[in-house]
Amino acid sequence: MTQILFFAQLREDLGCDSIELDLQRPCSVTELRDRIVAENPQWQAIFKHSLLLCSVNQTLADFKDLVTPGDEVAFFPPVTGG
Amino acid sequence: MQVLQEQKPVRMTNSNNVILTRSEGSRSKIMNNTHIAVQTEDFDLGTEYQALVEDNTQDGGVALFVGRVREFNQEQQVTTLELEHYPAMTEKALRDIADQARQRWQINNLCIIHRVGKLELSDQIVLVGVTSPHREAAFESAQFLMDYLKTRAPFWKKETTTAGTQRWVEAQEKDQQAAKRW
Repeated sequence: MTQILFFAQLREDLGCDSIELDLQRPCSVTELRDRIVAENPQWQAIFKHSLLLCSVNQTLADFKDLVTPGDEVAFFPPVTGG
Repeated sequence: MQVLQEQKPVRMTNSNNVILTRSEGSRSKIMNNTHIAVQTEDFDLGTEYQALVEDNTQDGGVALFVGRVREFNQEQQVTTLELEHYPAMTEKALRDIADQARQRWQINNLCIIHRVGKLELSDQIVLVGVTSPHREAAFESAQFLMDYLKTRAPFWKKETTTAGTQRWVEAQEKDQQAAKRW
């Protein structure tokens, strides 16, 4: 299973901190996001209107980067530490 | 209690291998020039400074930066702050930023401490410390570390204002611009 995590305002807006997806073959982060939205249509507006960053296996990633089954993917708003 | 001061720091060329030793009731000892910590507890500037300069006769410059909770942010009076992070990623991200600083500047000891959880006005949030033979490298690398930390490390601030409302702090374009200059 591929673990998908959500943080901060995105987690609150979705009302959910993680989901699991049965990913059969590699896909881009964008494709993964589109699949999450397709399976959870109530989240469409949130994903559409939020400026989001993503990470793959705990490293900041680009939305065109590849996700392979078993990876840990996270979506979150731009970071505000420091 | 084990007396950590008797241990000599081991200088290794590979800054990826950070080894921290802990003994009951005492602070972590920097064994390999890099100290990264994500913690709820406060930190003591004097202790961290000592750790950076102890047994260090090569570095003439030490730059320390402390970020604190300020009372007025994005046009709102702030009372408390809650810091969320992505535990599995945070230390990895900070270590990566530290490694990048090492590739760009001649720096030796390096320390990044970032607090998470509930914080009050004036509380310390973050400490960045670097030592170098020369001040330019110390100043510049400390700025680089902060600029990169603010745009790449997975922390998020949620503020409570005097009006009692809570809101997530929005990322600022000026921080993106600051990070782009490097």
